[in-house]
Amino acid sequence: MSRAETAGRVSPLWTFGLFRSELLTTFRRWRTLALLGVLAAVPVLVGVAVRIETGGDGSAGGGGGGGPAFISQITNNGLFLVFTALAVTLPFFLPMAVGVVAGDAVAGEANAGTLRYLLVAPAGRSRLLLTKYATVMAFCLVATLVVALSALITGALLFPLGDPTTISGTRIGFAEGLVRALLIALVVALSLIGVAALGLFVSTLTNSGIAAMATTVGLLTTVQILDQLPQLHALHPYLFSHHWLSFADLMREPVYWDDLTKNLGLQALYAAVFGSAAWARFTARDITA
Amino acid sequence: MGEASATERDGTRPDGTRPDGTRPDGPHAGPVADAGGGDGDGGGVIVTRALTKRYRGGQLAVDGLHLTVPAGSVFGFLGPNGSGKTTTIRMLMGLIEPTSGTAHVLGRPMPRSARAVLPHVGALIEGPALYGFLSGRDNLLRYDAADPTADPRTRHARVAAALDRVGLTAAAGKKAKAYSLGMKQRLGLAAALLRPRRLLVLDEPTNGLDPQGMREIRTLVRELASDGTTVFLSSHLLDEIEQVCTHAAVMARGRLLTQGPVAELSAGARGRLAVTTPDAADAARVLKEQGVADVVVAEERVSGEVPERDLAEVNAALVAAGVRVRGFGVERASLEDAFVALTGEGFDVAG
Ligand SMILES: Nc1ncnc2c1ncn2[C@@H]1O[C@H](COP(=O)(O)OP(=O)(O)OP(=O)(O)O)[C@@H](O)[C@H]1O
Ligand SMILES: [Mg+2]
Repeated sequence: MSRAETAGRVSPLWTFGLFRSELLTTFRRWRTLALLGVLAAVPVLVGVAVRIETGGDGSAGGGGGGGPAFISQITNNGLFLVFTALAVTLPFFLPMAVGVVAGDAVAGEANAGTLRYLLVAPAGRSRLLLTKYATVMAFCLVATLVVALSALITGALLFPLGDPTTISGTRIGFAEGLVRALLIALVVALSLIGVAALGLFVSTLTNSGIAAMATTVGLLTTVQILDQLPQLHALHPYLFSHHWLSFADLMREPVYWDDLTKNLGLQALYAAVFGSAAWARFTARDITA
Repeated sequence: MGEASATERDGTRPDGTRPDGTRPDGPHAGPVADAGGGDGDGGGVIVTRALTKRYRGGQLAVDGLHLTVPAGSVFGFLGPNGSGKTTTIRMLMGLIEPTSGTAHVLGRPMPRSARAVLPHVGALIEGPALYGFLSGRDNLLRYDAADPTADPRTRHARVAAALDRVGLTAAAGKKAKAYSLGMKQRLGLAAALLRPRRLLVLDEPTNGLDPQGMREIRTLVRELASDGTTVFLSSHLLDEIEQVCTHAAVMARGRLLTQGPVAELSAGARGRLAVTTPDAADAARVLKEQGVADVVVAEERVSGEVPERDLAEVNAALVAAGVRVRGFGVERASLEDAFVALTGEGFDVAG
């Protein structure tokens, strides 16, 4: 393929130019920025709500068991807003944002007609699809970090910071708390690669970006509902969202790895299955748009 | 920008042809073809054999196409709406898979060799497609980045040169969604010109352009051709093809009707005898008496097929009958006449 004829010396590094271009293009879209804005707003809302609720009397909100994970600890330690914010956004806001970006990745370009020009450039179908997937994964990471950072800043502004207490009851240093927060953000980002692969596959099926985004978000909601139905108990371990909240286990001492590895294994399985399906579809497809 | 050869060509081109219709294979004669080893097809830059495409809906869009585009030609791909031009181009560019038959571009099979062939090909397919939220320049930077064989170190310079070539330098920083149709078309052309190409495939390149823009595109096409680039140009505008093309192929309903040098195509159709006169009715009667078939009266112009007999006699008969003749002569057949002669019908959309 990379014959000398093409221009003398073609550097294999040039192939990453497309990835860079794809990142730039994705993060310059108004829609991407709006999604990130919404994600950044969620921790602020949660923080303000907790602040108003507790009225500054220091005690955690009444019904100890209610609300998302760690919420009762926020008033004592703003760092916990990071964990709460991730727990709040992971079930819907984060995967929805990923679903929108992934669903639009191929279908949006097909819709605009830019896909045909990328392909005659020639981007190469496998290379383009890989680049798209890498970009969606980068978005997963950026989106998660946006939530975590916004939560950290809000937490620091509204609440005292200090050494956090783990779920197991032990105290860890603030620095280690920060490291755990970063680790949790990484695990949350990795939890999204299954949805990302699913969204990308849907995106190769249609020429309408809107349809692909709506389908992906619809599937996401459906899976969440199925995960709530006790009758489908046997199915639950295979739903990509089933182990999502296992990231809280990183706040145990020692860390409880069982569900975490199950989660990451499941995400890898989804990535492999839907990634292959997307590849099979995209490399064989007629591009007529 | 190659003025000398452009003028020279313009000089030889009242009828849109070159002496032999082709050009000698220049310095561009073909690394890809040489390396591919598969150019036993007579050296055509584009060679299709029995190329057929049936869309999933069942529509037979291209039916057994045997097309040969000689190196160095400006090849007009002509046909009414829906005749299969864009479908053929999509197959040549590897965007869709042929149902049967083969297509070779630069001596290599498509779509299999797309990654080796396409860096040498610039294409405008079914109009431009742009990222509206990016500037014109950023659109080109993105398309160039998509080509893994394009040198990123020269990217900005090449983009600037391409913008300049299509006259968009002033508007390069503007968001593409704010471009007019003609500006978008120019930007699409610029994307095809990002690198020196051996083949340009332009699907209706003058669509949406004003007359000035159309002239500029034609000049550009001639310039590129004089640099040795083969240009494959689809259109449904017959006079456009006549003005810039050395060769043409005519499609109708997915089938190839004919292909060859433009001069031969229009010579294939016989010209028509035309008489300009205020006495059109009398003239028509006399012409019929003189054995002129297919007489058509259009206001002060009467035309018909050129008869076997000496035209001087026909003219004398007109004058003898008291017809006031203002003009008398045989009009050279246009490509449109050729088209009508070939299809036996007008230039209408197939069902
Ligand atoms: N994606 C598609 N699916 C099904 N049929 C199609 C598709 N694209 C084109 N066709 C059909 O194939 C035939 C040829 O279409 P094509 O676009 O190749 O024509 P064309 O010569 O480019 O026409 P135009 O001058 O209007 O651009 C038409 O009958 C059209 O309806
Ligand atoms: Mg067309």
